Amino acid sequence: MYAFDIERPSTVSDAVKLLKESDENQPLSGGQTLIPTLKQRLAAPEKLISLTGIDEMKGICEDDDGRLCIGAATCHADVAAGAGKYPALAALARQIGDPAVRNRGTLGGSLANNDPSACYPSAVLGSGATVVTNSREIAADDYFQGMFATALEEGEIITEVKFPVPEKACYMKFEQPASRFALVGVFVAKYADGVRVAVTGASEEGVFRWTEAEEKLNSDFSSSALEGMSPPADNMISDLHGSGAYRAHLVGVMARRAVDAAH
Amino acid sequence: MPKDGIGASTKRREDVRFLTGNGNYTDDINIRGQAYVHFLRSDVAHGTLNGVDTSAAEGMPGVIRIFTGEDFAEVGGIPCGWQVTDRHGEPMQEPAHPVLARGKVRHVGDPIAAVVAETREQARDAAEAIMPDITDLPPVMDMKEALKDGATKVHDDLTSNLCYDWGFVEENKGAVDEAIKNAAHVTTLELVNNRLVPNAMEPRVAVGDYNRSTGDHTLYTTSQNPHVIRLLMGAFVLGIPEHKLRVVAPDVGGGFGSKIYHYAEEAFCTFAAKALNRPVKWTCSRSEAFISDAHGRDHVTKIELALDADNNFTAVRTETYANMGAYLSTFAPSIPTWLHGTLMAGNYKTPNIYVNVKAVFTNTVPVDAYRGAGRPEATYQLERVIDKAARELGVDPIALRRQNFITEFPYATPVAVEYDTGDYNATMDKLSEIADLSGFEARLQESKARGKLRGLGVNCYIEACGIAPSNLVGQLGARAGLYESATVRVNATGGITVMTGSHSHGQGHETAFPQVVAEMLGIDASMVEIEHGDTANTPMGMGTYGSRSIAVGGSAMVRATEKIIAKTKKIAAHLLEASEADIELKDGQFSVAGTDKSVAWGDVTLAAYVPHNYPLEDLEPGLEETAFYDPANFTYPSGAYACEVEVDPDTGKVTIERFAAADDFGNIINPMIVSGQVHGGLAQGIGQALLEQCSYDSDGQLLSASYMDYTMPRADDVPFYQVDHSCQTPCTHNPLGVKGCGEAGAIGSPPAVVNAVVDALQRAGHSNVTHIDMPLTPSRVWSAMQG
Repeated sequence: MYAFDIERPSTVSDAVKLLKESDENQPLSGGQTLIPTLKQRLAAPEKLISLTGIDEMKGICEDDDGRLCIGAATCHADVAAGAGKYPALAALARQIGDPAVRNRGTLGGSLANNDPSACYPSAVLGSGATVVTNSREIAADDYFQGMFATALEEGEIITEVKFPVPEKACYMKFEQPASRFALVGVFVAKYADGVRVAVTGASEEGVFRWTEAEEKLNSDFSSSALEGMSPPADNMISDLHGSGAYRAHLVGVMARRAVDAAH
Repeated sequence: MPKDGIGASTKRREDVRFLTGNGNYTDDINIRGQAYVHFLRSDVAHGTLNGVDTSAAEGMPGVIRIFTGEDFAEVGGIPCGWQVTDRHGEPMQEPAHPVLARGKVRHVGDPIAAVVAETREQARDAAEAIMPDITDLPPVMDMKEALKDGATKVHDDLTSNLCYDWGFVEENKGAVDEAIKNAAHVTTLELVNNRLVPNAMEPRVAVGDYNRSTGDHTLYTTSQNPHVIRLLMGAFVLGIPEHKLRVVAPDVGGGFGSKIYHYAEEAFCTFAAKALNRPVKWTCSRSEAFISDAHGRDHVTKIELALDADNNFTAVRTETYANMGAYLSTFAPSIPTWLHGTLMAGNYKTPNIYVNVKAVFTNTVPVDAYRGAGRPEATYQLERVIDKAARELGVDPIALRRQNFITEFPYATPVAVEYDTGDYNATMDKLSEIADLSGFEARLQESKARGKLRGLGVNCYIEACGIAPSNLVGQLGARAGLYESATVRVNATGGITVMTGSHSHGQGHETAFPQVVAEMLGIDASMVEIEHGDTANTPMGMGTYGSRSIAVGGSAMVRATEKIIAKTKKIAAHLLEASEADIELKDGQFSVAGTDKSVAWGDVTLAAYVPHNYPLEDLEPGLEETAFYDPANFTYPSGAYACEVEVDPDTGKVTIERFAAADDFGNIINPMIVSGQVHGGLAQGIGQALLEQCSYDSDGQLLSASYMDYTMPRADDVPFYQVDHSCQTPCTHNPLGVKGCGEAGAIGSPPAVVNAVVDALQRAGHSNVTHIDMPLTPSRVWSAMQG
């Protein structure tokens, strides 16, 4: 780790101000990716702006449209315990990492990093959620822009995510054996106006919607509607844990299991 | 009866300090004025090292001195402790192994420079400013490619990348070839024994200290054998005589073989402490451990098993490529040869066996012993090929094994060892019972009902432990003896301190060893304390590996205790005014046979140190005895293991549903500790079979270089085990009749797992799947099912 300074503002506006002081400043949420990166000396921020002291970014509530609104600095354990209105989302949070990770890592941190193997992006994209920042609201379909790439501008902070609650949903994760991140994770959500299927872990492009599966499920929400289906293997990640073909196959398996288990 | 004698499942006394954070590990040792070293390591696998520009780093804050390979020009290289002779009677090729790289870098992680600074972070900062000038060379990664004519050489001064081409027993080759030619059936299997990264919980640490006023060196290090380090480093690297060099290995958090060897970092810290007149400390990071701890296994083998028309084994022939890595680690050459070839008879009376091993240099981290060391590789080949043969012949794999079991002992194998005792049918019977093999069919149906494939894998193993008879290993090329020592110091009031050359780094010696002394003297185990790990207070010992501690170290302790008993009987005879021959020691009391006259243990020990009423003319005062024990033979633990797996047909994921181990360890001192050793070994074997995948890319970069990609077994990867060690055929040649239990689980379990997975797939109709190489990751199993 290189030496750095750390600030712990208590409001979003203070945090934004501090971030804009220098290009070398970097926000720190739960630190579950950033701290190991710093330990490896792969990043050298001048100043870390911790977001964990900002109360307005924490907690879970419901808005007038019935959406579940989760503060970006809410840790996974709190989502697991407090998102009972959206059981599939709570279950997803419960499956991330281990207790230490779940008590430090945050929803906003996960989305801002957009690791291609992270769980949360699939829930946000699969729910058609809205990512709220200090300056605007971004639709999930616009937010994710590829591996580790998002619509966030420099100095922009995610403050909240608004999840429309589906009729039924489920997240199925097949774990990479070592890291236990998603080798493939599929989030299926059935809304009155259609089904959304989001896939994490598999693609070189990061989280994506499997629209072919969505179309099938729109007319028949059953695993048999997806029988024999898997997305093309072309853009799938291939590494020592599995080939692109294997990942593509797993997307089909996990999607069918998610449909069967959706509630 | 003594409290906590032999056979008691006494709780481990050392766990109190380990579980409460009160252990004293090497990294807990900090010496006033100590500086810190950080090693700059090669990030390329193979290259010419044209020079190392340290100028920018020299003046950085806190930097005390930067060392490069040139600073060690006058110092010896890291030695190899075993010389193997090849098929043609020639010695192996033995390359130089400098403390810091000179002329070339040969693997990712090869140390190039060492920065000593006031703080760890300053040393690391300065290391980043060092500019090594490296011209990349093509990395040598594939063993078979490495042996082709014109292949790039890892060591330019050697004739090739071949360390040795070993044949065993060379004289038998013709007979073996003939037996295979004439066989009714030959089963052939090509397989890989996957490379493993040891991953002891405690990474390596070294602290070098030097006393300028006395000229004494001290090295604190994470070692399984401090005396061996003192000998190797003192005599071969730095030229420090033993009386001026103390090596201390305090609490050590696991070794599994990886802390046997003498490493460059130990020599560096010792050397630099004198050069700088300051203590120098190195603490290995986990990332650094992946590229600097000696790895394990990494064999590629073709095995042929020949059978006659009645399914009797008639011959075994193997050809193995064994990866040595870039340099020869301390015992590396012995692993694929003497610890592997000699075990190729397994539990079977195969009359003709020939083993060929080609050891190869590659641009990878050196490979050496890892829990089991050669014996897992032998067991895996043999037990996999037998399973394949049973399938090809359509016979029951257990019946085929039983038919070929060795049943008469002692048994001289065609691969130069003589098994003293064993009862392989007994362990197989016991396995059948504890594994509930007769209930498998019902469990299979239950799995099917849940859409899962179920398979059963059974295998046997034998290992050679209690390493080793010195005169024998000397003939085989060992450059050390393999005896063990113990000093039993009885204090005035009867308490006992035993100094043992065995080292405990998780094995529980501090609990089990006192149980033996307690049993012999009839006193409570709480009166006995074990000291180990410090060359200053322990006689020359060879340390802990090869499941040798109780068999060799324990035997030395028995011999020393026998001397104590002999002397105390003399003292008691004097005190009781009786003949020595009439003195009996029972339950801590010396009595005169046939009388009610007795004297207590404590009175006798006190008399030894307060010799007012004492036969001073015949007997020295004091009560301290030392013994060295050199085993007459290896010990041969054996057993039978059964694994049941479920395979998810959609994803290829394997889960271990049941695992049973029936072992014969001979006599047992502490059954609870033995069960714990078996559990740990099984977890490591299951880890190798299903999870652990040390993987390099073609550029020589380690892909599985952290826990993000290297899968260690976790609690939910292993089942609750059924273990049994009630089948006991005591060793005939050591005083305790013990065989050793530390490595068995890791040796016996990989073939059981793979046999079970292949069985599951075969039962599900995947008749083309006769083998899958470890680790059996979901992706590999799924790929196999695709045909």
